[in-house]
Amino acid sequence: MPSAPLLISQAFNGLALGTLLALVSSGLTIILGTLGVLNFAHGALFMLGAYAIFVAAAKTGSFVVGVLVGTVFMLLIGVALERGLVRWFYGRPPEDQILVTFGAGIVLVEAVRAVFGGDSQHVSTPAWGGGVAQIGFLIYPLYRLELIGIIAALLGLFYIVLYRTSIGLVVRAGIEDARMVGILGINVRRTFLLVFAIGAAAAGVSGMLYAPIVSVDPDMGAEFLVQSFVVIVIGGLGSYPGAIVGGIIAGEIVSITSAFNSAYSDVMLYAVMALLLVLRPQGLFGSEGRV
Amino acid sequence: MSRTGSALLPEVALAVTLLIAPFLLPHMGGSFDLLQRVLDWGLLGLGFDLLFGATGLLSFGQAAFYGTGGFVAGYLLVNNFLASVWLALVIGTLAAGLFGLVVGWLAVRRIGIYFAMITLAFGQMSYFLENSPLSAYTGGENGLPGVPVPVIGAVRITPGLPMYWLLAAIFFVGFVIARRILHSPFGMVLRAIKENTYRVAVVGHSVPAYKLAVFVIAALYAGLAGGLLGVFQSYMPPDAFSLDTSGQLVVQTVIGGVGTLIGPTVGAAIWLWLRDNLQLLPGIGALWKLILGLIFVVLVVALKRGIAGEIRYLFSRRREQAAAGVPEEAGAAALPPASSVQLPMTAPLAFARPGAPALRAIEVAKHYGGLRAVDGVSFDVRTGSIHAVIGPNGAGKTTLFRTLKDEVSPTSGEVLLFGRRITGLGPTRTAQLGIGKSNQLNQLFLQLTVRENLRIAALARRRGRFRADLLRAAGSLPAVERQVEAVMYTIGLAPRADVPAHILPYGEKRRLEIGIALATGPNVLLLDEPLAGMSPAERIATRGLIRQIAQANGQSRTLLIVEHDMDAVFELAERITVLYEGRLLADGTPDQIQRDQAVQDAYLGGLHEHEPA
Repeated sequence: MPSAPLLISQAFNGLALGTLLALVSSGLTIILGTLGVLNFAHGALFMLGAYAIFVAAAKTGSFVVGVLVGTVFMLLIGVALERGLVRWFYGRPPEDQILVTFGAGIVLVEAVRAVFGGDSQHVSTPAWGGGVAQIGFLIYPLYRLELIGIIAALLGLFYIVLYRTSIGLVVRAGIEDARMVGILGINVRRTFLLVFAIGAAAAGVSGMLYAPIVSVDPDMGAEFLVQSFVVIVIGGLGSYPGAIVGGIIAGEIVSITSAFNSAYSDVMLYAVMALLLVLRPQGLFGSEGRV
Repeated sequence: MSRTGSALLPEVALAVTLLIAPFLLPHMGGSFDLLQRVLDWGLLGLGFDLLFGATGLLSFGQAAFYGTGGFVAGYLLVNNFLASVWLALVIGTLAAGLFGLVVGWLAVRRIGIYFAMITLAFGQMSYFLENSPLSAYTGGENGLPGVPVPVIGAVRITPGLPMYWLLAAIFFVGFVIARRILHSPFGMVLRAIKENTYRVAVVGHSVPAYKLAVFVIAALYAGLAGGLLGVFQSYMPPDAFSLDTSGQLVVQTVIGGVGTLIGPTVGAAIWLWLRDNLQLLPGIGALWKLILGLIFVVLVVALKRGIAGEIRYLFSRRREQAAAGVPEEAGAAALPPASSVQLPMTAPLAFARPGAPALRAIEVAKHYGGLRAVDGVSFDVRTGSIHAVIGPNGAGKTTLFRTLKDEVSPTSGEVLLFGRRITGLGPTRTAQLGIGKSNQLNQLFLQLTVRENLRIAALARRRGRFRADLLRAAGSLPAVERQVEAVMYTIGLAPRADVPAHILPYGEKRRLEIGIALATGPNVLLLDEPLAGMSPAERIATRGLIRQIAQANGQSRTLLIVEHDMDAVFELAERITVLYEGRLLADGTPDQIQRDQAVQDAYLGGLHEHEPA
């Protein structure tokens, strides 16, 4: 049995990973919910975000300005992907949608590799995130702690957009029944474009915020793609609250398991996913009808 | 139905290619190592193409079985538990198949994105299992070095040309078997599942069983390929389990041609050749995968068939054009007189109680939330009669029909078939028990020929819900072929036997829709608006067809028809049931119905006047 301080420390790690996964997955889940497309390029968008901050922070000299510039860049990438590729696939079978986004992901990863090479890059922790914080007996890297707060704020902002604005209402209605929303005379195509762009930006911003604490390389997104699949399966496909709760659960599964036996941390995550797909395929917050 | 010389063309072409490749390829930037890898990926791809290309199940987890086969065989050999490489390969293959059985059992119940995600999740789980908890057995990130080469008699199959011949021989056998599977009755059902899963289920095939079987077959191919990977490079690498392996397989298959069997091998050759040769070129060395990715996206976007698919298309298009060239009138002219048609009937049902009505609905109700689509309807359908169900739009006719075949189970009440309760059995079992149904909207297998459409239906009751007759030719069951021929003549589509359903004109599609239901050899045939959308001339012809079906030798077939064409109903039906707003309004002979005041009111809209506003 691991010691209490270790468990608490791991619980914090779980929260940091979990909130990050929640942000990545919320982008994936609103795209899936609204457009009906499972975006296999989501991991590549995460990776692209990390490279965006790598470049932008160096050019602007500021992490914060870099994130803002990078976000605009990611929105544009999302627009380009939706207009240029994804929108032609709304009427095609899910297998085709998976294949085309999977292919787009390969192209993005290889394009980054062609430009930056395959070696890992380093993004510096911003000055305000250096050092460690002491919470009682727990010593914790300051940036990771701030990350939890920043992502929580972003998720809150996301919540306000989805649940307190008219555009959010359209998105949520689109998740329920996109065709009906179209019949009501709402411009579904524009909504789809917006949702895809926001979803792409969510993945990208996650990559930017995460970049300082990992090594940035072209293949870094694959793991997050698969983990965010786990999150939306736990939370329920297309459910925003599900992505948040699922993200934190997934983060805690990985972290707490590794406190006991690190060999099993990833195995446990996928075992839980497999079990849920069998026992409760609609997830915690999903509705039966979408299965 | 015999396999002619040209039917074996792919096998011959493959054998020739495999024989000359080792002498040709070294001059084209290839090596034995490249050839071996291509064949190993190709073997993995044969199983995957049966799964994805034939059946339409897109798995992102084939690496799980590839790795399982490789590491089980490798573990047994490296630790000297087994001396025979052959035996280790067999055990590794079976282990992969067993793992496939478990994963498949969980995965095949889901479709589309769920299927892709479940297979991906299990793939990742296996990868991490190999990497950490099982690393004592698998070597973890180091893999298993020192896998021995196989021995035949006193001959060691050494790397280089001997190893190539071994892989070529195994691949050839694998290809022949895969192609036999594809052209067996079993493979026929797989292809139909890809075209129209629901119709396959309602004509009486157990779709989950077929999907699980092909999933296991794909896992067996993957397991063997994985075992051979360790053998030919004397080393079992951990990335056999990785997501990249599953992804690479998908890309290779799409580039090479989905559903062609040889496509994944062609794709692998291109992938590996580009990797080996482009990397040597200065400037674009790092771009080889980007180029492949772009080709992949273009192929998916443009719905192109891939390389092998394009070649096959050029061949088959000529055949299709020749088949479609049969003039329109030939269809009607070739219709033989009713008396000469031998429409084989399935024998009377063993469970049938003598004197019991063919179908009995007892207080059948189907509610959707507050909507009472069908609200407590009871009536009998006499054996051997033509019975019609009529009613204004929204009366609940189609919903009632769906409950009679148990496509949807009623909220309450039950349906008896010759006295046996069938409610809750589901459409596959009711088809096996003898209920056939044609639909208001066509449910055809559009890419398959007329003959194949009917064959799928005819196979269902002859073979039962599931049979793994993997190596028999699809057209080699005489009873099935007789049934197909008879139905084809009955519906007047014999001259169109080899035309794909999607190029039939609408009227012929409608007749094929009825033909599929008829080809199951049903004791009770449900026809939901058989005349819908037909021209007046086609209506008359189809009325004749329905009479002919009812009167075909034996006289024991029962027909139940929903139809809006009142002329047709009153001409054909011996008994009529009238529904109105989900309830039974009247039930009687055509004469009784014609005189019934309530029926007249319902059709003239008069009933509402007597209802409180």
